Amino acid sequence: MKEYGIFDILGPIMVGPSSSHTAGANRIGNMSRIIMGRPFKKVKFYLHGSFAKTSVGHGTDKALLAGVMGLRPDDERLPSSFELAKKAGIQFEFIEKDLGYQHPNTAKVEFHLEDNTIFYVIGSSVGGGNILITNINGTEVEFSGNNPTILIRNKDTKGVIAHISTVLSIAEVNIATMSVVRKDNIATMVIEIDSYIDENLIEKINTSEDIVYIAGINPIEG
Amino acid sequence: MFDNTCEFIDYCIKNNKSVGLVSLEKEMSKNNLSKEVIFDNLKSVLKVMKESSHEGLDKDMSSMGGLIGTEAKLLEEYRKTQKSLSGDFILSAAAKALSTSQVNACMGRIVAAPTAGAAGIMPAMIFSIREKYDLTEEQILYGMLASGSIGKIIATKASISGAEGGCQAECGSAAAMAAGALVDMLGGSPDQVFHAASFALINIMGLICDPVAGLVEYPCNIRNASGVYNAYLSADMALAGIKSPIPFDQVVESMNQVGNLMHTSLKETALGGLATTEAGIKIKKDLGIK
Ligand code: SF4
Repeated sequence: MKEYGIFDILGPIMVGPSSSHTAGANRIGNMSRIIMGRPFKKVKFYLHGSFAKTSVGHGTDKALLAGVMGLRPDDERLPSSFELAKKAGIQFEFIEKDLGYQHPNTAKVEFHLEDNTIFYVIGSSVGGGNILITNINGTEVEFSGNNPTILIRNKDTKGVIAHISTVLSIAEVNIATMSVVRKDNIATMVIEIDSYIDENLIEKINTSEDIVYIAGINPIEG
Repeated sequence: MFDNTCEFIDYCIKNNKSVGLVSLEKEMSKNNLSKEVIFDNLKSVLKVMKESSHEGLDKDMSSMGGLIGTEAKLLEEYRKTQKSLSGDFILSAAAKALSTSQVNACMGRIVAAPTAGAAGIMPAMIFSIREKYDLTEEQILYGMLASGSIGKIIATKASISGAEGGCQAECGSAAAMAAGALVDMLGGSPDQVFHAASFALINIMGLICDPVAGLVEYPCNIRNASGVYNAYLSADMALAGIKSPIPFDQVVESMNQVGNLMHTSLKETALGGLATTEAGIKIKKDLGIK
């Protein structure tokens, strides 16, 4: 059972109107941006279920777009994200789409990069501003981002996991949970740890040549 | 730290500590935080609450769905210019609750307390009691801590989400938190704090969540206004010495049971209640919501 703190009850401070449709949507945008981790020129949001139906009345669209630009759920500029994106030269589009068997509050965030490649993340807003990231570029994952999370994609060869655990144990980092999904000789690892992630730790893990992608994601406050 | 509220109350009484103070100690030990850090965070919360509960009092606003936006100002003007039925003090609290609900519905900044939908009740209570009594900021902060403990118990034993428990879980929890905080701030005893919280929950037990067009606008705003009334009445009853024969934990358990029995059409899905009245359906259609 979750042990609540005072500020889970008197908080978060957020831009309204809805913790799931606004704050949660914003977190999906933010998390997608961090996972992708590169500049982009265009972003398409596919809205599923209740996100599609009541997006306008809840500002879900504005909150998502604000998220991919790095504005947090309590940022008062959130309602003006359309204008901010236009000023920053970011193209954006919202498309209602049935994404299949998904939580009703789900969005697919599709980034179009400078080199015309596409990177996408699917996330659901599961209540109280909490989210779950469920898919990254076709690989199914599941993490909330409530804990510091390290995301790794590596060639599925021996020794990578050992390398990672060694780096973490030398850095005295506690692993809370760890999961691995394998697909087409690429392993996707989601490691939740107990302490904040710094760049240094990520660089040390990234010394293995078999790692093709790595991101350290600290919880999105606000 | 405590398995149940009786232990909590006993501990307060034995050590001659208020619910607010014990709540502070629990929070400090939970996250290893100093009193200063917790108080600083509470002050940031208070600042946002102050803004949201005042912004709508003298200004016409327009919500995302356009269902609400002028109610706080209307009530505030009525209160100032006419002899109201409910009295100046209570109406000033209700206007503040409406204000925060409007700010929320206009994509302004609020504190979810415990949720965005019910965000109006706590600030309305705090800033109306502050106008009436000469309370120090510290007394207010301890009251907020007491309210946090009440909310934590409800969240743990039942739910604070409309989708899980109906509006009794949102506006009911917020009213219970506000009622308990009032008793704590005014120096009532620890058991009176929880009697007040019990009354507030009992007053609206069974309240459904039926937002028109699925938006956190109407009837959310008026339930915030009545929520702060509920808190004041409940606190007054407890301070007068009225006791709840059902202990707080059992009130919360029964609220949880009622929430579980509630049909899903009445839990935030907008498939029942006001949302599916003829007018409700028309509003939804006119807004282009499918
Ligand atoms: S009616 Fe539903 S959405 Fe509105 S405040 Fe109550 S629980 Fe929240």
